[in-house]
Formats: sequence, structure tokens, C-alpha cells
Amino acid sequence: MTTTNTHRAIEAVWRIESARVIATLVRMLRSLDLAEELAQDALVAALERWPQTGVPDNPGAWLVTTAKHRAIDRLRRDRLAERKFEEFGHALDAATDVRDEAAAMADDDIGDDLLRLVFATCHPLLPTDARVALTLRLLGGLATDEIARAFLVPEATIAQRIVRAKRTLAKAAVAFEVPRGSELEERLASVLDVVYLVFNEGYSATAGNDWTRPDLCAEALRLGRVLAGLVPAEPEVHGLVALMELQASRLRARVDADGEPILLAEQDRARWDQLLIRRGLDALARAERLGGAFGNYALQGAIAACHARAKNSDQTDWARIASLYAVLARQTASPVVELNRAVAVAMSSGVQAGLDLVDALASEPALANYHLLPSVRADFLFKLERKAEARGEFERAASLTRNDRERAFLLERAARCDAAS
Amino acid sequence: MRFMVIVKASRSSEAGVLPDAGRLAAMGRFNEELVKAGVLLAGDGLKPSSQGVRLHFSGDQRTLSEGPFTPTGELVAGYWVIDVRSLDEAIAWMRRCPNPHDEDADIEIRPVFEAEDFGEAMTPALREQEDRLRDEVAARSGSARA
Repeated sequence: MTTTNTHRAIEAVWRIESARVIATLVRMLRSLDLAEELAQDALVAALERWPQTGVPDNPGAWLVTTAKHRAIDRLRRDRLAERKFEEFGHALDAATDVRDEAAAMADDDIGDDLLRLVFATCHPLLPTDARVALTLRLLGGLATDEIARAFLVPEATIAQRIVRAKRTLAKAAVAFEVPRGSELEERLASVLDVVYLVFNEGYSATAGNDWTRPDLCAEALRLGRVLAGLVPAEPEVHGLVALMELQASRLRARVDADGEPILLAEQDRARWDQLLIRRGLDALARAERLGGAFGNYALQGAIAACHARAKNSDQTDWARIASLYAVLARQTASPVVELNRAVAVAMSSGVQAGLDLVDALASEPALANYHLLPSVRADFLFKLERKAEARGEFERAASLTRNDRERAFLLERAARCDAAS
Repeated sequence: MRFMVIVKASRSSEAGVLPDAGRLAAMGRFNEELVKAGVLLAGDGLKPSSQGVRLHFSGDQRTLSEGPFTPTGELVAGYWVIDVRSLDEAIAWMRRCPNPHDEDADIEIRPVFEAEDFGEAMTPALREQEDRLRDEVAARSGSARA
């Protein structure tokens, strides 16, 4: 293998192993920063050694062992860190070799370690964008520049978010523990929200040129599936996975060859991915079997399932979708959910009924700059032949969206309001 | 990125020899690793080609023939569909797979076509047809959020 190939192979192994390596080190060292630093040191060592020795049979164990040895070396050399050495020394049992480490890693529930890590990266003390960056970095193994590209912010911004986040957690001396009981569900909700935020950014990018970013969806889906394996008894995790699998099933039909968005009603359903639909429906069934049918993500999953089951747009069970949204709206008190309910009501009970609901949302402060409110209102007005008003609303919606494709799409619809009906 | 990972057949898989308990356990653990990492989408083992048939296409002609087929090395004995970030990652994963057969074995990793790949197949005529259809539908139907 050429050096480039070997390096790529090692980077690939790193992506697979890094979350577990860091999670194991976090458990031992109780510090995200130190864990990541040592894990990176181990990666550097791998890049130096593995081209000669080949990739070891258990790369994870090799990386952890190397990280521990590096920690000991560093702490020995740095006399100022003597206290740290005492603090951590017991965890860095110097006699460990790779085989012992492999055995230790197999015994310890690596699941617990990963959970500890994800609850740390999604800690309520951190602002949401910091949770996203930290989770993608430490659990997703994404590099800073990759995260920056995904969210269209400068690399330095992401780097800063991560540094500040680690500092916040260190200062607060956050205990790296898996929460229990009711706290678990609460904290888990925050984790699921982070994952879904990433998914959504890929599913309908809030800014920039591309309507969708499938790689981000895939990232979020993998994280969700990992979580489903870590906390299989929690129905909302399966609900979230169901939602993401079902939405992802439509990715290939959402965008045309030119990258233009295609609305749900117009999508070629033959392009919907049946494999993902099957997986999504299975995950939903799992959530429901666990008694979680009314979880917020499970409800959204159930709505997505309604679309998935309809062979064509006409066969959509809009009445069911409307009632699912009604439950969701009550539970979340979310105006965005209510807006979605209005769309479903328009389909099942007539456009005027939908418009009435949308008009009731007109003064909602949360929706003041939400482009979908005027967009939906515009669509209803268009269907009611109130084209002049529709045009104004489409233009307003276009001015509010940060996504180029969506803006163009909305302006196009505005222009069509002038055409003869 | 999706990849189909194809396990090529071997003399023993074609003979219908089932893997021993140790091999089954090892393969089971590997599959579990793929699931835990969130990358496994699908996977199955195929019965020997003696239990399958082939359809040969020539113009309008269809000819059916029964297995077994040769050469063995070209046959498919099993597959996985995985979703990973790159071919390198797919390779890294499959290096850890226990040997699927008693003897030497081959595993092929093939990228699956994604939507973007079909872009060039759109001829201008097809595109025009699609545009017209889209305009028609847009004029009639709603803007339900996809």
C-alpha cells in the first residue's frame, strides 16, 4: 500500500474507533479535553507505526493502550503535573499491554462509556450549537472543518465552540455519569434533539446552496441507530430513528437532477427507498411495543409513516395525519407543529379550514420570521383563487428563507400567481 | 454512502456446508458490531446455487436453466448493505470480518448508485417532459412540506 493509501486506511479506522477510544479515556481520566488530546496523540502514533506493522487486529485496544502510555510519559516529564499524575495514575496502570486492554475493553460495558460520553457532549449546561459541534466531533469523529462545512460557519467558529464547551464542562466539574430514572429521559430528550437537529440540517438545509445534504442525514441516522443500540428500552430513541429512516427514504426523490426541490405531493414515489421505509416502520413498531406511541418523536414518525404507506399522494391518510399533529400540538405547544397541522387539516377538511388555523397563528411571535408560515398561507390563498394576496405571501416567504434554492422556488411560485388560472 | 458487500461462493458454501458453531458465533459478533455502529442496513446468506435458477436474456428470448452454476468463484453466497462515509471505511470494516468460509474466500465491496449519479442520464427531451409535468402538477396540487 502506498503511504497515502495507508494513511487513508488509518483515518478510516480512526473514524470507526475514535468514539470508543475517547469514551474509554473519558471514563479513566474524567476530562474530555485530556481524553481527546491523548486520543489524538495515539492517532499520530498509529500514523507513524501502522504503515510498517499493518493495522493491528484490535485497533481500538491499541489506540487506548498507546494513549495511556502517552499519558504516563507526559505526566512523568511534566513535574508540575505531579498532582494530576497522582489523581490519574491509578487509572493509568502502566503494566497494561494491548491484549489486556482488549480484554478490559470487552469486559467493561463500552456501551456505558459511550453513553457517558454522549450525555456529556449533550449536557444541558452547553448551548445547543456547542452540543452539536461537540457531539459530531467526539461521537461522530468528524473533523472541525467538516463540521464547519456542514453548518456553513467558519472553521474557527466551530473550534471556538468546542473549546468553550470543554471549558464549561471542566469548570462545572460535570460528573461523567449516565443519568438515571426520570433524569435519564429528560437528558435523553436533549440528546435526541441534537441528533435530529443534525438530521434536519441535512434534510432541508437552512442556508446555502444545496437543498439537502445527504451526508449529514446519514451521520445523524448512524448516531441515532447507535443510540438505539445503547438504550434499547427507551421508546423515543426508536421513535427518532423511525422518523429519520422514513424521512431519509425520500431523500432521493426530494431533489431533481438540477438540485431543485420537489414537493412531497409531486415526488416520484418509485424513488422512495423501500429499504429505509421498512427499517423506519420496524423502528416505529418497536417504539409502540415499548409503550411509546405518544412520544413526540414517535408521533412524528407515525406521521412520516402515513406518507410512506401511501402508494401515491391521493392515498395519503390526511385525517390520521391531522389527528397525530393534534396530539403533538397539544403536547409540545409548538406553533410550528400547529402550522403543520393546518396543512394536514387543509388536505382532509378543505383549504378554508386550513387557512383559518393559519390565520390564528398570524400573531405568533415564534413564527414571526419563519418562512414557512407565509409560504403555507400563500399556498392556501392560491388554491382559494386569492392570487394577489398569495403573491405577496410567497414574496414575503422568499425574503425570510436563507436557503437559495428555496428562495428561488418561492419566487417562482409568486410569479405564477400572475399567470391566468 | 452505501456499499453492497458481496461474499463470493466457495466449494463448501456451494456444497451446502453450514459454518461450525465457532464461525457462526464469530460472524454473529461481527454483524452485531455493524449494527451497534449503526452502519448495517441489510444482510443475508444465500442458499447454494443448486437451489437456484438462472434466466438468460437474449433479445426477446428468455432461457431458464437450473443450478448449480460455475465457476464457483463468480457466484454470490451472501451480502451486506452498509452505509458508511467512504470506501476506505467500508474496507476498514470488512477487514475485520471473520473469514466467511473454511477455505480462501473473496469479499467484494461495491458502491451503490446514489441519486446524484443518475443526473447525466437526463436527456434534454426527458428533462423538458419532466418540467412540463412538474408545472402541471404544481398548478394543481398543494405545497405540503416534503
